[in-house]
Amino acid sequence: METRDRTPDQLVDLGENVHRLIKYEGELDQGFAAEVARLAHGEKFYTCIQCGTCSATCPVSHYMDFTPRRIIAMVRAGFREEVLRSFTIWLCASCYSCTADCPREIKITDVMYALKQIAIKEGIYPKRFPIPVMAQEFYKIVKKKGRNNEGKLMMNLALKTNPFSLLRYAKVGLKLFRTGRVTLREESIRNHGEIQTLLGAVDRAREAAK
Amino acid sequence: MKYLYFPGCSLKSTGKPYEESILSVFRALDVDIEELKDWNCCGATAYMAVDELKSFSLCARNMALAVKQHGEGNGEPVQLVAPCSACYSLLLKSQHYMEENPEVSRVVKTALKEVGLESEGLSQKVRIRHPLDVLANDIGIERIKDQVKKPLTGLKVVPYYGCLLVRPYATFDDPYNPTSMDRLIRALGAEPVDWALKTRCCGGTLSGTIQGVGLRLSYLLLKEASRKGGELLLTACPLCQFDLECFQGGMNNRFQHNVQMPVAYFSQLIGKAFNLSDREVGAQRLFIPMKLEAAAP
Repeated sequence: METRDRTPDQLVDLGENVHRLIKYEGELDQGFAAEVARLAHGEKFYTCIQCGTCSATCPVSHYMDFTPRRIIAMVRAGFREEVLRSFTIWLCASCYSCTADCPREIKITDVMYALKQIAIKEGIYPKRFPIPVMAQEFYKIVKKKGRNNEGKLMMNLALKTNPFSLLRYAKVGLKLFRTGRVTLREESIRNHGEIQTLLGAVDRAREAAK
Repeated sequence: MKYLYFPGCSLKSTGKPYEESILSVFRALDVDIEELKDWNCCGATAYMAVDELKSFSLCARNMALAVKQHGEGNGEPVQLVAPCSACYSLLLKSQHYMEENPEVSRVVKTALKEVGLESEGLSQKVRIRHPLDVLANDIGIERIKDQVKKPLTGLKVVPYYGCLLVRPYATFDDPYNPTSMDRLIRALGAEPVDWALKTRCCGGTLSGTIQGVGLRLSYLLLKEASRKGGELLLTACPLCQFDLECFQGGMNNRFQHNVQMPVAYFSQLIGKAFNLSDREVGAQRLFIPMKLEAAAP
């Protein structure tokens, strides 16, 4: 995966292909760390010792533009834009290896979730990038029916990101259909409105606390 | 003991053979299991990425329904069986945060009240169980051994637990080196393959979003499983099974390597050792037929 282009005046070449992004204090978002800590259930992430266990144990870290260890450091320092625009937060497959292994008991998976929530709320992610699109399509289907339909989810995802990918999945899709493992009949709970009421109530309860 | 069954969305579609085999095996063992009425989606990883409190509320609704369906009982908690690792882990995570975080607990309670559900003490009144836990610890290896009618002598079976089944909230097995499935495999007369990738991530939904990454993770598992001499790989999660089985064609194209590894649910293999029919364990729904006889030495 390509690393995103960064503004050249902020990239400092340290030689031997090592680049560091530098910022003055005034350019950093000082409140970012607190915002993430609140969403990710933990003050503990301030105690990160930057040991890199999370990056070592992560099965997808070598595909990431910033490793989990660096993400934690960047969140603490206030690199808001860079973190929210990174591919890292979306590549996290949520396997909890890092959370299980962290010597400081930081819930790194929850930190990644918190970052995804902020990025989706603010619409900061590459257009047609499938992972946040999938999360939102899933969200919509369940909100409407109370249950997900895997076939419909894959279809909606392809249509919203790359319709040609349907061809790539056609063979698997057909086999699933033939073996009765995917259906067009949508499962749903008895009273559709109930999930919408439930989710609406969450929004209201959250607002009431503010 | 009586169990309530929470299928989750996958067990009604791609994970259909999982549902069929779990229910058949429980029936063969004479264990009382009944589906949770009007259950809803657990929220999976997607709701967590959009809105965590909503994700917890979706899980809590299922728990509240379980308490309602269970009734008073004799004061014992209701045993809610969730075969999908994502459902299982999310239900546990919701319980964890409803206990730990007063704000989560307050929002969830308010939301459940609006749909007319009781929300008091859900973390105590509901015990979230995985069928692997139920089979290995409640029913017990001995009772399973007694039911075996067709031992799978010598078959080299790879136990794959995946990520969410053993961490971070589950407590029934070791998060680094779980052994419940190994013990079950041995009880069926087969030979569990010892390998290091038991709990490594299969890629989850990445197979449907960033294929290059998702397929690679699954491919590594299959390659190692076959290098270790495995003849059949067992999973305990519908997404793992789907990723590892259904995309083998794609993997073979992409990595120029022919892996042909049958991937079944642990409950399917138990069912076959109990001499249940293919239909009872959903074997006809697999892309690659299950292997039941060891290769000649």
